[in-house]
Amino acid sequence: MKQEPFVAAHEPLWQRLEAWLDETDPARRDPEVTERFPALYRQLCQHLALARERLYSHHLVERLDRLVLRAHPELYRRQRRPWQALARYVLADFPRQVRRRWKLVLLSAMLFYGPLLGMLGAIQIDPDMVYTVFDGEQVRMFERMYDPAARQPGREPARQADSDLLMFGYYVRNNTGIGLRTFASGLLFGIGTLLVLIFNGLYIGAAAGHLTQMGYGETFWTFVAGHSGLELNAIVLSGAAGLQLGLAVLAPGRRTRLRALRDEALDALQLVYGAAGMFLLAALVEAFWSPRPLPSEFKIAVGIALFALVIAYFLLAGRGRRAA
Amino acid sequence: MPGNPTPPPIDTLREIQTPEGIDLHLPVAGPLPRALAWLVDALIRIILYAIVGFVSAFLGRTGFGLFLVFLFLLEWFYPVVFEVLRQGQTPGKRAYGLRVLHDDGTPIGWNASLLRNLLRVVDFLPLFYTLGLLAMLLDRHFRRLGDLAAGSVVVHVNPNGRQPSPTRVRPLRPPFPLTLDEQQAIIDFADRVPHLTPERAAELASAAAPLVQGQADPVAALQGMARWLRGEEDGR
Repeated sequence: MKQEPFVAAHEPLWQRLEAWLDETDPARRDPEVTERFPALYRQLCQHLALARERLYSHHLVERLDRLVLRAHPELYRRQRRPWQALARYVLADFPRQVRRRWKLVLLSAMLFYGPLLGMLGAIQIDPDMVYTVFDGEQVRMFERMYDPAARQPGREPARQADSDLLMFGYYVRNNTGIGLRTFASGLLFGIGTLLVLIFNGLYIGAAAGHLTQMGYGETFWTFVAGHSGLELNAIVLSGAAGLQLGLAVLAPGRRTRLRALRDEALDALQLVYGAAGMFLLAALVEAFWSPRPLPSEFKIAVGIALFALVIAYFLLAGRGRRAA
Repeated sequence: MPGNPTPPPIDTLREIQTPEGIDLHLPVAGPLPRALAWLVDALIRIILYAIVGFVSAFLGRTGFGLFLVFLFLLEWFYPVVFEVLRQGQTPGKRAYGLRVLHDDGTPIGWNASLLRNLLRVVDFLPLFYTLGLLAMLLDRHFRRLGDLAAGSVVVHVNPNGRQPSPTRVRPLRPPFPLTLDEQQAIIDFADRVPHLTPERAAELASAAAPLVQGQADPVAALQGMARWLRGEEDGR
């Protein structure tokens, strides 16, 4: 077949497809084309293959090529998840994701809680240990924050009058940002994540140890008890996700490094979603619950209960046949 | 060029095989247009900061809290939202005719877009996207680390916007059938004629001896054939 009759025979189809593609609102597209799109698209592909094979003019081949390129994503796109997926994720998938890589989570927890508890203990024995990680100005700053005489514990004197909402914004931005960075820096062979985990452990341990040692323990612990279960464990999970990235690059197994990175990054992201959600919840608790002037015993009890709830969630949620 | 079935084209194209047995060619975008697009996005973000900062200033400390939340969202999710909901284009990418796709040519989704944008943190290291630029220069498809992990590529949206060179030469049918490669060479030559000295153009045209034998003006003859090959006789 010569080019001219070929074009004449199929031009109407091409124009129809072009018009259909030009219309971005699905409701206003030609319903007939929508219904038969897969068949029409394959016909178009056949035309392109023919045009190439028969060495029709470059102009025509290019036009068909462009048309196929535009039509291709209409037929092939990855499934979008509906809203139900969120409920499923919270109730079953997230805790399962955590349990599935319990080794990484445990490693991340040790890298974080190890330095934290170690520093906390060390300062009880030698109070000057706090100056190995903080300088004098920083120490004075958090001494002021948790001074029992302060009206709003947990906030610097300059921030005493700040609204809870302001603090919420501050916590969301800072803490979630740290979590996301903990994950991303795992790409550098896991080293970034390793450093973030250890140093955050040391900082938090030093602050907690120093304040306890100098007798500000009650203001400090009653403030942090509420959000600690969510926030600290969210750091651990971000760390586990970051370590997974690093491990994919370091030890890809029988895959190429690129393939391993692709698989593991997508997999680790499933953990990051959950960790980000936990940071958000922690920020809510820290801004609106933690500063409330309630009896210490009560606040500590709520804090322990929340911590236990978080652990229980990861151990127990999403088990059983119904969730599967 | 797209439409060229011969093995590895000398161009930055990414080839994908579709289930229909057709090769798609994605024209991947290099560092420069992407950096410019990033700058445009950075400018837009600064303007957004300023506007929201200004409005929230009237709401006092509560407003500042909302501003911080907004800042967080803008810092991390500005590109993600645009890439997923606006056909792979942030405003900056749109301005430079760029688009993010999965590397198999499908539109980018939440997972891949989030990954490639979270990992910007690493691409940015140690200063101003140094690692990202290195990765792009080493990779055949200009992917930065985030793209490698997410399985995404940045492509030019409309690579075929080349204007046929305006000549008064009449379309001329080549004396014998030509392969696509040969057709392409002639069209490319015609496009380049305005940028060549007449002597160089004549020298190049004479290389196509079998085609232009007996033609008084080989250059004009080839330009005419280019017009014919482009199908300009049908008015397109």
